[in-house]
Order: sequence, then structure tokens, then C-alpha cells
Amino acid sequence: MERPKVRTEALNAWYGTNHVLKNLSLDMSEHAITAIIGPSGCGKSTFIRCLNRMHELVPHSKTSGKVILDDTDIYSRGIDAVSIRRKVGMVFQKPNPFPTMSVYDNVAAGLKLNGMRNLEKLDRAVKRSLEQAALWDEVRDSLFASGMSLSGGQQQRLCIARALAVEPEVILMDEPCSALDPIATAKIEGLMTNLKEQYTVVIVTHNMQQAARVADYTAFLYLGELVEYGETTQLFENPKNELTERYITGKFG
Amino acid sequence: MGETRRMGQLRRPTSDDIFVIQSGIFASAIIVVLVLTGYVLVSGSVPVWSKFGRGFLTGTTWSPVKEVFGALPYILGTIVTSLIAIAIGVPLSIGVAIFLSEMAPHAIRAAGSGVLGGLIRTMLRILSSGIELLAAVPSVIYGLWGLFVFRFWVLDYVETPLSKYLGSVPVFSGTPFGLDILTAGLILAIMIIPTVSAISREVMTAVPLAQREAAYSIGATRWEVIRISVLGYARSGIFGAAILGLGRAVGETMAVTMVIGNAIGAQAIPSSLFRPGQTMSSLIANEFNEADPTSLHPAALIGVGLVLFMFAITINVLAQLLVWRVLKIKSGSVE
Amino acid sequence: MSNQSVREFKDWLAFIIGGVCVILAMIPLLSILADVVLRGLPALNLEFLTSGPGVIGQPGGGIANSIEGSLILVGLTCLMGVPLGVISGIFLSEFGDNKYGRFIRFLNDVLSEFPSIVVGILAYSFVVLTVGSFSTIAGAIALSIIMMPIVTRATEESLKLVPSSIRDAAAALGIKKWRSTLSVVLSTGRNGVVTGVLLAIARIAGETAPLILTVLGSQLFFSGLTKPVDALPLRIYRLALLPYASAQQQGWGAALVLIAIVLTLNIGVRLATRGRMSSVRS
Repeated sequence: MERPKVRTEALNAWYGTNHVLKNLSLDMSEHAITAIIGPSGCGKSTFIRCLNRMHELVPHSKTSGKVILDDTDIYSRGIDAVSIRRKVGMVFQKPNPFPTMSVYDNVAAGLKLNGMRNLEKLDRAVKRSLEQAALWDEVRDSLFASGMSLSGGQQQRLCIARALAVEPEVILMDEPCSALDPIATAKIEGLMTNLKEQYTVVIVTHNMQQAARVADYTAFLYLGELVEYGETTQLFENPKNELTERYITGKFG
Repeated sequence: MGETRRMGQLRRPTSDDIFVIQSGIFASAIIVVLVLTGYVLVSGSVPVWSKFGRGFLTGTTWSPVKEVFGALPYILGTIVTSLIAIAIGVPLSIGVAIFLSEMAPHAIRAAGSGVLGGLIRTMLRILSSGIELLAAVPSVIYGLWGLFVFRFWVLDYVETPLSKYLGSVPVFSGTPFGLDILTAGLILAIMIIPTVSAISREVMTAVPLAQREAAYSIGATRWEVIRISVLGYARSGIFGAAILGLGRAVGETMAVTMVIGNAIGAQAIPSSLFRPGQTMSSLIANEFNEADPTSLHPAALIGVGLVLFMFAITINVLAQLLVWRVLKIKSGSVE
Repeated sequence: MSNQSVREFKDWLAFIIGGVCVILAMIPLLSILADVVLRGLPALNLEFLTSGPGVIGQPGGGIANSIEGSLILVGLTCLMGVPLGVISGIFLSEFGDNKYGRFIRFLNDVLSEFPSIVVGILAYSFVVLTVGSFSTIAGAIALSIIMMPIVTRATEESLKLVPSSIRDAAAALGIKKWRSTLSVVLSTGRNGVVTGVLLAIARIAGETAPLILTVLGSQLFFSGLTKPVDALPLRIYRLALLPYASAQQQGWGAALVLIAIVLTLNIGVRLATRGRMSSVRS
């Protein structure tokens, strides 16, 4: 494996007294797609929300352990969560463009609200991000239409463009295709494969076929613990753990 | 193993912290307003309390010239007009609420989805908007209408007949001429209808479907369902709405001032519905500007204001607690 | 009569009584509207709307100074009351899910039911006495105390309707909470806030009692923040109590102007938000 871009060391997370993640240590490679799979409630979403410190926004939440981005523990004292979230971007399950903003303003939002004023720079960033999100051709003539006027799949690509505009290093995707139809899903999966050349991608999915299609590495979580982790082909064809085998053959979950 | 971290562990205040604090300060302006009000009312009225003590509340003489002040007539005036307001206004409001929230939907369903149904639906929407618009009419316009129109209605259709047939009853004694306690009470009744009926509707519609279905399933008629399930369940909420209406009536100033007849002192004691009277708020509105600042008069008026404030706060806190509790219980038990 | 038909009769009776209650409640509204229009319309003419008061008791003159005064008062009040109310509403919605927030919310509800004459006493003691005279600024302060809880509540309720996914999206972009609240959340909920402000304006435009104690009223046009000023509801009050028919008719005319403004705001808001807003306690 190449140098891990993000790794967790003994990561634990709680919602109140509910111990959701247990001692998770996982490496995620740079320029690769890592998929997190597992049955509902296994902690997949909680896990990636710890990677960009979104978990701590929930009241009564707690974490312990380390999440190391490059060489820095993002949870160490003195590290500002907001700055981490610029480096580690996120795309959500249900597309959530800002309703009162145009396509352009949605993509530019992260930059504008962090102080960028130069119109030329903004224009270039918007175009670049929309191209990377494979949406540019579809919206280039209607950049100032409302973000909500796009279809579901387009909205999700808009959200991806919005996340890309702030030039993150890691992109987290929480079941990004589960609200979309198969055609839109295929478009986004193709997009992911392009994205990994520049970014590190971690995706949560309940769809094993999707993991098998796009991910380089796959981690299987069960009840908050890491059960197995390895190269996708190896995990699916030759799982080392019996629990993994039962899950991927559909015996539960 | 790293240490356990809780959310929000920070050393230096960030701009987000400042935002929370600043907006919190703005929100706390309310506390400042209430505290200042209490302070102003208490300190401004100290002269009358020290001169008359509790006699201020029990005395009935009100003479700025002789500097003797007793606020009892006005306290009674507020109480009596407000009681009239809820005695008439609350039943009307409940009737309105029941009609609009329980019976009307039935009528809509019965009329079907054709032209008739659409017509009825529109009519009902207009009616319910109309009731809400009653709340939008400024108090001074109620007073204007009361002074020139409503008082004659009350005089001709209510007071004159009552005086003719029941004039021997003390409450109906005296020759009515329209600008009196009764008219004031009735105008207040009208003014509280929007509030009381709106909240009653809210608590009635919050009654869970399961309760109503239980009654329907044993063959109850529409009215019986309302009587058994809805009213019983919503009883404390409706009670809270009535208290809120009482609070409104107590605090109302302009409409009352213009129809109550502006009586002073012992003359203002509400011994008969047909006598002119005075409430605490109308007194202040009538006399505050003319009160001689070098005398005890302003302090006396502020003292009356303090009593009014205590009334209003107590009633409104009680009402909020009742209504809040009922609505919270509802939203919690809907599952 | 069988039991069943007695019960059905009661059912019908209840329906009729309910309908009668509604009709009884509507009569005052219709009567007020009719009287204001019938009695006030004759008073409306160009002179009435554009000139100041004439000689008391004689026909002529108008209410232009009252209209001007009301506009100025409303404007000043909004300048103070809207930011105060909106930011308080933001606090309650974004940071108010705790004991302190509940406490503030409770006080807010109590303040919104306050007797407005007591607010007048407060403003009198703090502003009129300090400034030294009945004044526009005192009236504006009194009215903003009345306006604030209304705007706070409207802001809080509309911000609460903004889905949390919007806040999550903004946070995930590394945008600071205060920035995202003001730029994204507030802008998403702005319709509800505007509605609340408009309804609050309709309410304070009609307030009289606090103005009696703070601006006093005046025959003149606006002459300074620290001087008395006239206002529509005040003028209606004074005109109504004069013993002259011409004055009373002017009172009705002024009432027509006031009610036109207030009802336009209310009905306008109602039409604009048809179906979209949940019930708002005024």
C-alpha cells in the first residue's frame, strides 16, 4: 500500500452513552478509493464523520483516539476543526444544495464565505470544479439558475463540485448514490474513478456491488468494530474472516 | 490511546464563540426590559406606598387635588370588565373553534369535491381568515367604532331591555346610556375572540386521531365525539387559552378608554353594569399626561401601573405554562 | 322521539350554534369595516392627505403630519427592533436548545402579551425624562420593545424550519458557524422573517397607548427626534373625542387610512404565504 493519507488509531466514538465506534484503526491510501461497508447501524457514517470532525457537531457526542491526516492528529489541541473541514470535504446522502443560491453561487459558496472576493479567481474555480464533477457541460449556459432547478443526479454532482471548489485533499462520501437512479449513479461512480487521481476518496456504501465496482480498498465494519480490511478484490473473493464472508454472501444485513 | 474529548473543548474564543455570546446578549435584552420595567414601576410608586401603604389598594377616594389616592375602583373595574370579557368571549371562541376545526371539515367532506364543496371550502377559509383579521384591527379603531356605533347597539338591544325588566337588580340599576362597564366588557369580549379561538383550535386539532376514532367506532355522532373525546382531552389547553384571553383583556387600553365613560374615584366602583367606570389601564391613559409632576399624582398612576403589571405578569405566566404544557404533551404523545 | 333522533338533533343543534358563534364573531369585523369605509371615505380628499391639521372644530385641514409621523416612527422602530429581534431569534434557534434558551423563549412569550401602556410608562421614565420632553425617539423605543418579541418568535420559527442538512453542508465546507448562519441559514429562512417583520409593523402601526405617554402627539410635522410628533392612531384618538362633527369625520378618515395600511399588510402576508406557513400565534 502507498503511504496512507489518512489513518485512524484506536478511534472510539460515542453518542451520549452509546459506544458506536470501538477501537478502529484503519489506513486510507492516497489517490485511492476506500469503501466502508457493513450492515445498518455498524457505524459507517459515524466513522467518516469523525474524519472531518463533523461528529462533534452532534450534541452529547464524544471521541477518543487519533485521526491522522498526513502527519497531524486532527483531534490534537490547537487544531481548528473548521480548517480541517476545508481539507477534508464531504458529500452527503441526500443532495443538499443551498436552496436560495444559483448553481454558480453554490459552487462558489465555500470560497466566498471564506473571504475570496476576486471574481476572476471565483469564475475559474467554479468552472474547474464543475468540470471535475462532470457537470460543466450541462450547466454552462444556466449558471445562474437556481441550484434547486437541477435533477437529483445533477444536484448531487453540484454538491460534489461545491466540495471540490475549496480544493480539499480528501473527499468523504456518505452513501452518495443511495437517493439516485441507476443512470445518475453510474455517472457519479465514473466521476469517483477520475477523482481519485487527484484526491483521496473514502466512500460509505450499503451497496456491495458498488464497492466492488469502484473501490481499491474495502473495510468491513460490524457493530462499530473493524472486522476486515484489504484490497477490494481480495476481500470479496477471498474474505479472511467468517463474518465478512457471511455478510458479502448476503446471509445477514 | 488518546484522551477522551468532549465537544467544544477550546482554549481561545473563536469568532463562533463570539457570535454565540453576542447573539445571546441580544436575546437577553428581554431580561433587561422586564427587570427595568419592574424597577421603574416600583421606584416610581414608592411615594404612594410609603404614604398610604396597603390603603392604596383598598381606598376608593381618588383626588389629585387633595393628594389622596385609592386604586380599588380601578382594580375592580379591570376585574369586572375582564370577567365580562371572558364570560362572553370564551364560550363564543370555543363555539367558533369547534365549528371551524371539527365541524367544518365534516361539512366539506359531506359536500364532496364538486362546486359546492369548493364553495364551502372557500367560504370557510374566508371565515377563518376573518376571525384572524379581527386581531389585526388596531385597538383605537375598536374604540372609535365602540364610541360611535357599538355603544348604541348595546344601549338599544341589551341595556335598555335589561334596565326595563331587571332594573331592580342592583347590577342592572341606573339609567344606561352606553358608555359604561358593560360596553367595555363586551368590546373586550370581541377583541379576545381571535386569540382564544386560535389557541383552542390548535389544542383541539392536537387531539390524537386515536381518541376520536375510539368514539366514532361506538357510533357516536359528530357532536358526541367532540364532547367526549376532543373537549375532554383539550380541556386544560382551552382553559389556558381562556387565561391568555384574560391576560389580553386585562392589558387592553385604548378600546376600553374610549367606551368606559371615564369615571373617577368612588364613582368608578363597578356597582352596576350600566355605570361609567374605569380600568387601571384606561386611568393611566386618561390622566398620565395631565398629572402634575410636582405632586403625588404621577407616583399614584405608576402605582396603579405596578398593580396592572403584577396582574398581567401573573396571568400571562400562568397561561403560558398551561398552554405550553398541553401542547408539549400533545406533541410528545402523538406517537 | 327516539334516542337516536334526539342525538341527531343535538348534533345539528351544536352545528347551528357553532355557526351562530362564527357569525356573531364576524359581525363586528364587518361592521367596523363598513363604518370605517362609509364614514371615512367622505373625509378623504387630497387636502386631507397632504396638509396638516386645520383649525379645530372647523372643516378643512388634514392628517398629513400624522401619516408622516407614523412612517417615521415605524421606520425608527424597525431600525432598532428588527436587528434586535432577528439576532435574538437566531440565538434561540441555533444556540437555544438548553435551559437558558427555554427561559428566554418563555420570557419572550410573556413580553409579547404585555399591556402596552406599561411599556409606555417604561419608555417615559427612561427616555422622556432623560431627554427632557415627549419625543419621537421615546415613542420609537417603546414601539421597538413591543416589536422585538414578535420578530424574535418569527425568526426563531422560520430558522427552525431550515433543514439541518443545509447547516451540515455549510459546516462540511469548512465555513464558520456564524458565517453560515448569517449567509446561508438566514437567507434560506428569510421569507418567514420578512413575514414576521411585516406583521409586527402592522401591529405597531396601530399602537396608541404607549405613544400617548411618549410622543404626546402634535399639530406640527416632524420637528426632530427629541420633539413630540404625531401619529395616525394618536390622531384618531384625539379626533374621536372632540365634540365637533367635522373632527369626528376626520377621525373616521384617519381610521380608514390606518386600517387600509394594516389590513393590506395582513392580507398581503396571508396571501403570499398561503399554505406554506404553519399557524403563527399573533
